[in-house]
Amino acid sequence: MKPINEMKLIFESRSCNESFARSAVAAFVSVLDPNVEEISDIKTAVSEAVTNCIVHGYKNDIGKVYIHVKIFEGALVSINIRDRGCGILDLKKAMEPLFTTCETGERAGLGFSIMESFMDKMKVRSNPGKGTSVTLEKSIVSKGK
Amino acid sequence: MPVEIDIDEKSVTAYISGEIDHHNAAKLRNDIDEAVESAYPEFLFLDFGGVTFMDSSGIGLVMGRYKLMKNISGRVFIQNAPASIKKVMRMAGIEKLLSSENRKEESFA
Repeated sequence: MKPINEMKLIFESRSCNESFARSAVAAFVSVLDPNVEEISDIKTAVSEAVTNCIVHGYKNDIGKVYIHVKIFEGALVSINIRDRGCGILDLKKAMEPLFTTCETGERAGLGFSIMESFMDKMKVRSNPGKGTSVTLEKSIVSKGK
Repeated sequence: MPVEIDIDEKSVTAYISGEIDHHNAAKLRNDIDEAVESAYPEFLFLDFGGVTFMDSSGIGLVMGRYKLMKNISGRVFIQNAPASIKKVMRMAGIEKLLSSENRKEESFA
């Protein structure tokens, strides 16, 4: 299926870009007239994925975070967020609620749980040593209501 | 990420505003902990009335303060959380920390 609109973002894995990334995606999706809850769901899910790239993918290094948003016929939004960081060794474990490898930073271990429950679909692919790619999908059904 | 902190005899209230994400949670955490560690309050109220966005970093923030207050035999309450923020809290199972005032509001909604 060919998207009817799309955009790509590349930015450095600095935590100050987290706000920029989720706001940019929300602004791009706003042509579909989502309601407040849908926009908030998308921003939260994008924020989780981008934070994962920064905190886990690149750890203390600065790398690039890639976002590719596609809009399909029927107001379906697909958001791919990926890094070329360290990847995830045990994906099943990483996706368990409350599991986190970050002992010091007060991370709740809820990133994937939030992405999964706030979006319609989530797909995660990871190659240890090569990076992680998360694809999130959501249909905008509200038309502003 | 501004936070205004009120300290009285028994409690510390932190009025948080703006966006809570991984980038600004650390500063927020330091400011709140500083007040708690100097006042040793019985209650810590985290007021989310001015918060416009929160991801799971906010959950980490609440859980961390919950532990801190437990260490000094105190309690944490969350107040004035907007709907979108309550949704994240509910998902994390920490809505029981919402103060009774809020629970009353919710039951009328």
